[in-house]
Amino acid sequence: MTCAEAIAAYGLRALGLGERLLPSGEITLCQQVALIGSGLIWNLYFAGFALLLGFFLATGLALAKTSHRRAVRLPAAGFIYLFRGTPLFIQFFFAYELFVQVPRAGFQIDLGVVVIGAQTAWLTKAWAGALLVLFLNTSAYTAEIFNGALRAVPRGDVEAAMAIGMTPAQRFRRVIWPTMLRLAWPAYTNEAIFLFHATALVFFSSFPTWRQEGDALYYANYFAEKTFNPFVAYPIAAGYFVLATLILIAAFGLAGRILNRHVAPEQRRRFRFRPEYVR
Amino acid sequence: MRGRRRAPPPFPMFASCTDPSTLSGFPWLACYLTTGKHLAFYFSFLVVLALLVLAAPAALAMGLGAALARRSRIGPLRWVAGLYTSMVRGVPDVIFFLFVPIALDQAIEWTRHKLLCPDVTEPIRRGNDFVVCAQAKLPLSSADAWVHDVYGFLLALIAYALVFGAFAANVLDGALKAVPKGQLEAAQAIGMSPGQVLRRVHVPQMWLYALPGLSNLWQILIKATPLLFLLGIEDVVYWARELGGAKTQIFAYPHPDWRAWYFGGLMLFYLLLTWISQRGYERMMTRLARGQKVAGA
Repeated sequence: MTCAEAIAAYGLRALGLGERLLPSGEITLCQQVALIGSGLIWNLYFAGFALLLGFFLATGLALAKTSHRRAVRLPAAGFIYLFRGTPLFIQFFFAYELFVQVPRAGFQIDLGVVVIGAQTAWLTKAWAGALLVLFLNTSAYTAEIFNGALRAVPRGDVEAAMAIGMTPAQRFRRVIWPTMLRLAWPAYTNEAIFLFHATALVFFSSFPTWRQEGDALYYANYFAEKTFNPFVAYPIAAGYFVLATLILIAAFGLAGRILNRHVAPEQRRRFRFRPEYVR
Repeated sequence: MRGRRRAPPPFPMFASCTDPSTLSGFPWLACYLTTGKHLAFYFSFLVVLALLVLAAPAALAMGLGAALARRSRIGPLRWVAGLYTSMVRGVPDVIFFLFVPIALDQAIEWTRHKLLCPDVTEPIRRGNDFVVCAQAKLPLSSADAWVHDVYGFLLALIAYALVFGAFAANVLDGALKAVPKGQLEAAQAIGMSPGQVLRRVHVPQMWLYALPGLSNLWQILIKATPLLFLLGIEDVVYWARELGGAKTQIFAYPHPDWRAWYFGGLMLFYLLLTWISQRGYERMMTRLARGQKVAGA
């Protein structure tokens, strides 16, 4: 099998396209590079959607945690505490078992006139179930970051906004929220990196692969076990992750520059690698 | 996977448990929770704690070594340390946990093969196989099950020390930079050699700055312990899956799928562990910061 053939056969294998059987017997380097690369699609999918959705929930949770009302503050704080205090790996297992237990037949809500059925079996699939766990998990970590940034918003800025007669909604949208983002951005970049890295855990927890469509590490592990040689497949996967991480840092750096465009360069908060939000 | 099953005790813990099918309610539960397999499950919590207690100082030592090596005057040493400390930034820790034990195992067996069986001419890697002579195997295939268990645990420990050593090096590097320059200059001015400055002033003063980062790292380490499962060690996750799975009537204690309960229990265990750590850290910080001029006291 030539290199081009390997790429054609396995380049999109993680999506179910191309060759049905995974490589076996004589395994070439090209096959490993192509298949592990196709697995990266799953990591990008999980990280992308979890971060996108988590961003909004995190903003809400961070606000709720600063609320003066106990009924609002405590549930948010409890949620954040639960997800930050337990390992993501265990969360995957626990959620999967819950998803398997609860729905067996799906929900049946009898309203007398009409019966509402909710099919929940799809939650046991990795694309939905694992994404849900990752989404809730990153929301909790991000909410903690945003909450810290909200507390650091300069009081004078908010008072100035009040003085010129902004409504609370305007104040939030135009002053508090942009400042919060700006202050939180370096820490949020760290969170994004580690969430991306955490996506490699999905197929090693209970979530099963379907038709052997897995992520980069799933295929790296497959090759390492097939060839009994860890020195090729794992470095390939590591290389992909390093590359994707560098792109992610560059993209977040660009966004950070846009957020900071009105701030003098020496006053900007720089991104520093801090594994504070690893799970 | 190297681990082998520990044999359950041959007799039940309580005499009343000899025939569980006659029991129900609380006595049944008491008997169920004290079966040999459950005792192995409880033992695996000690394995988690042992890993924490052993991996933390090992990682700290590696981290301190790497952080100091990064400031070395010897170029290659500095580059290696720099590469080591930055590798955890781009590569998920899971990859290291999967890679290091098997790579280390093969490296050791390869070396032993070269030393112990020099007259074997066939290559070690044959197609998709890794073949070493019987004497080079580690542990020897004749070794007891517990030797395999301990060996597997040691490999896992090294993997944790490597990964968390790199994290710790990042923290300690920042802490070394945070020590006020004046302190070091003062030490130099009274005639201390560079080594003395490092040992007597720089490193002792660094700890206070490193503590928040190290506490964080400790929390991360706690949350990384269930990954032992990936290394084929019979840890809490292994037993939760094993014990929680549905048991049919042919088992002494039949029950439906209880895995959600077992994993819920694990969640509580980790919540407790991180909570205690947080409390301990806060107390340590107030004690250390007493009389010191640092924010956050």
